[in-house]
Amino acid sequence: MEGHSITKVVLLACGSFNPITNMHMRMFELARDHLEDTGQYKVVRGIISPVGDAYKKKGLIEACHRLEMTRLATESSDWVMVDSWESLQPEWVETAKVVRHHYEELLAAEQNIDDVDTIKYAKKRRIEENHHKDRDDLQLMLLCGADVLESFGIPNMWKQEDIAEIVGRHGLVCITRSNSDPHKFIHQSDLLWKYRKNIHIVREWVTNDISATHVRRSLRRGQSVRYLLPDSVIHYIKEHGLYSSESEQKNADVVLAPLQRYTGASSS
Amino acid sequence: MAARRVPLVLLACGSFNPITNQHMRLFELARDHMHSTGQYQVVGGIVSPVSDSYGKQGLVLAKHRVAMAELALQSSNWVTVDEWESQQPDWTETVVTMRYHYGRILKEYERSVGMHNNSNLSPQLKLLCGADFLDTFKIPGLWRDDHVEELVGHFGLVCVSRGELQPERAVHESDLLSYRRHNIFHVREWVKNETSATEVRRALRRGLSVKYLLPDSVIEYIHRHNLYTEDSEMRNKSAVLRPLVKQAQEPVKSLDD
Repeated sequence: MEGHSITKVVLLACGSFNPITNMHMRMFELARDHLEDTGQYKVVRGIISPVGDAYKKKGLIEACHRLEMTRLATESSDWVMVDSWESLQPEWVETAKVVRHHYEELLAAEQNIDDVDTIKYAKKRRIEENHHKDRDDLQLMLLCGADVLESFGIPNMWKQEDIAEIVGRHGLVCITRSNSDPHKFIHQSDLLWKYRKNIHIVREWVTNDISATHVRRSLRRGQSVRYLLPDSVIHYIKEHGLYSSESEQKNADVVLAPLQRYTGASSS
Repeated sequence: MAARRVPLVLLACGSFNPITNQHMRLFELARDHMHSTGQYQVVGGIVSPVSDSYGKQGLVLAKHRVAMAELALQSSNWVTVDEWESQQPDWTETVVTMRYHYGRILKEYERSVGMHNNSNLSPQLKLLCGADFLDTFKIPGLWRDDHVEELVGHFGLVCVSRGELQPERAVHESDLLSYRRHNIFHVREWVKNETSATEVRRALRRGLSVKYLLPDSVIEYIHRHNLYTEDSEMRNKSAVLRPLVKQAQEPVKSLDD
């Protein structure tokens, strides 16, 4: 009898991280616990990929700051790290492309490990033979909150083929609150329903609603945000004077990059 | 000209079993709120873990709860943990704990008052609590009326709730609390955060991660001492909460006696 093999999983979270909070970090912990509890997965890495400035979201501060704050927040984690590739691209990058980029890097890294001792010919054959096997025992999954899942329904926010690629070829881990119903949303979408086996819903029984919006609001008002995000991140924010009324007005008149791209809308 | 502010110390009593980020948030929120009234200057915060004789189910040894609170508060420059209550031989009524701390605060203040020549406002001590605390006043046998009066009338409460109106309703529904409503400060926490020590213990029992819910140093301590197992949660399972027994037998004198 063939024993079932455990699939290695890398979790990828895309987002503004403006700023990163303890809630973002919790998502990784919850996702890992959930997936490993099924007995089918071993989560080996977590990647946080802050969006580039070209996303043009209101209140989005410079990527260099968001990267550094995320790096500080992940310092105490031995498996979650920050990646700057997406934020360094000149234009906004669709999430599906970010997923593709990281998956290809993962595959290449796995094959480099295999390649070390083989001669060129054997190496080429093994790549061809193992190509399918690699995808079975190593998966990249997009980690997100219920709001991202539901954003699949916002017109012109996502290309249908991108959604298909993310949930069809890879996987989605969606952290949801006790009061929202992602299953219903999946049920109501033919595309999502088709790939429902690749969508892992993680119920967060203990609501931990630390939104970055709330954190920015508190900072503007001079209120304490201690214990909502790591002390090192708070220190960085204070040191650089980030998050003021001015910073919140950034991109106020600009159209969000995905909407601009898919509808041909132009900024004012 | 800036109005003079009353120096204020916030005292939080509780199990702290274990202390979590949410407990520490209470202090931050309360301080911001009391400052914004323009009448107070928060000068200190005290975490006072309850003694083992409280008899609550799942309560681990006070020495651990105090140690964990110390670790959690290491990085705070205004909140400290105090073990007086936890070291008393029997469970101590909240008002007694408050009287003890107020006495100390007053002494310290009088010692240093010579240096502050323009502030002659006496310091105050208020009890910091969550919204569920107000509901405990309704539990028969848990509180004496004269203690509630001393707590809210003489000292005062700073009650942090998660945006719901339940604490205001609890005050409204009690004549005693309603009479003293000017001394009950309601602080709203708009971030919905249901992290509780109960949930943390549950997660630990199940081998699930509690990272980012409490400081790393506290998590390490818990693992090092193997606290919070199925066995620890069964502790005191059939015991009656000590206050219910004690107050039925020999009531503590009220402040007027």
